[in-house]
Amino acid sequence: MPTDAQNTPHHAPALEFKSSTFSVPVLVLSSDDFVTIGQQLQKKIQLAPDFFKNSPVVFDVQWLNKHNLAIDITTLVAIIHKAGLLPIGIRGGNDLQNKQALALRIPIYSIHNSLSAEPKKAEAAPQAVAAPNTPTTLINHPVRSGQRLYADGDLIILAQVSAGAEIMAEGNIHVYGSLRGRALAGVQGDTSARIFCFDLGAELLSIAGNYKISEDMRGVARNKPVQVYLQEHALIIKELT
Amino acid sequence: MARIIVVTSGKGGVGKTTTSAAIAMGLAKRGHKTAVIDFDVGLRNLDLIMGCERRVVYDFINVINGEASLNQALIRDKHCDQLYILPASQTRDKDALTQEGVGKVLEELSKDFQYVVCDSPAGIERGAHLAMYFADDAFVVTNPEVSSVRDSDRMLGLLSSKSRRAERNEEPIKEYLLLSRYAPDRVKLGDMLSVDDVQDILSLHLLGVIPESKSVLTASNSGVPVILDEKSDAGQAYGDIVARYLGEDRPHRFIDEKKGLFAKLFGG
Repeated sequence: MPTDAQNTPHHAPALEFKSSTFSVPVLVLSSDDFVTIGQQLQKKIQLAPDFFKNSPVVFDVQWLNKHNLAIDITTLVAIIHKAGLLPIGIRGGNDLQNKQALALRIPIYSIHNSLSAEPKKAEAAPQAVAAPNTPTTLINHPVRSGQRLYADGDLIILAQVSAGAEIMAEGNIHVYGSLRGRALAGVQGDTSARIFCFDLGAELLSIAGNYKISEDMRGVARNKPVQVYLQEHALIIKELT
Repeated sequence: MARIIVVTSGKGGVGKTTTSAAIAMGLAKRGHKTAVIDFDVGLRNLDLIMGCERRVVYDFINVINGEASLNQALIRDKHCDQLYILPASQTRDKDALTQEGVGKVLEELSKDFQYVVCDSPAGIERGAHLAMYFADDAFVVTNPEVSSVRDSDRMLGLLSSKSRRAERNEEPIKEYLLLSRYAPDRVKLGDMLSVDDVQDILSLHLLGVIPESKSVLTASNSGVPVILDEKSDAGQAYGDIVARYLGEDRPHRFIDEKKGLFAKLFGG
């Protein structure tokens, strides 16, 4: 996060830079024939028009360049646009291609640290990298008795969870307050999910179906900050130090 | 526009009606035109506490059903001309309450009154739900014992999710904690939860502590809201609560044990 030395403390910053990870389809090209690309792209999009509509896409020309098929980026971008996709990056381009991309205000991504840089299949196919979409749910009010919360991904609660409340997440659970209700992490079977809380007073803790009730927790880090995780099907409650 | 206050708790017998009567009277005594509505249809009590049971002609359900006008049903209090009571129907049940009907009555009252106090029935069903649905402020009455605290917690959850303000994504209902039937000597013995215990569980702004007091029973039986008994500790506690609600800064009282004469003399 960049800091400005001239920032006076009582002036709230109007912006900040944060790092986020996005899942974006990568269009890996293995033909330089624009007609074929155009046709096959249309065909693929017909399969799931809603998914592809205005979808951002990064195009990968590495395979083409390895086979000395230097494609014209301006034309390619026009084809992608025509298909209703929004190109937001080029990968594996040569100097000229990168220059062309930049002229179209399309950023350049480096080929490193990409696992699927080398396409296995020879056919021209948009490789939609559909990583599971797991947004984090943030709650900043108390979860009261009788309330239930379910999060697809991680669940972060910046207040207390009362006795008689139930919080569930497919991912991890963080409670930056007292946890007095039930907390169930990894409810779809993720055994690596964990529960973190500032003040343990839970009625029940569960990770991927392995649970402990309050009575089983007697003497273990009550009212202390803890993390809870699975180790060989056993639920471990460990004080955070 | 009137400010709509719901007095609620989840649990029964904690002092909702006593509180409704006291704060409605307190607000009216300070010159604010106030109406107090009994939502406990079928178990009408507010009229007894307010001492107007002999003057009930029409009730809340009559108004909802269009059988009487609001002016016909409202009963003017005999102690304070700024205070009006809308009694519940004793012969009907909660199903007679409709969201549309309650909304209409509250809207009409809002034109004329500064405060509308809704005395909620116990439970979390229809009557309690409709009592809090239109509220701007909630007075959550809690006794210092675990079941009452948990029920209040449940009610707070409903206030933040099932009210009109929550459904419309408006500013949430302002929630205040009223701890009633508090006995510092029993807290000291460990029989009763302390103010700190309750606040720790509910994490809620404390508007006031009402001590366990004989004057409450006396007031109920004589049909005079306890706030009018200015000599009594409970009456003073409600006086403080109304003042704090209206923005006055008053130190909390009745939290610590009263010292007897003997202890005072010997500094015990």
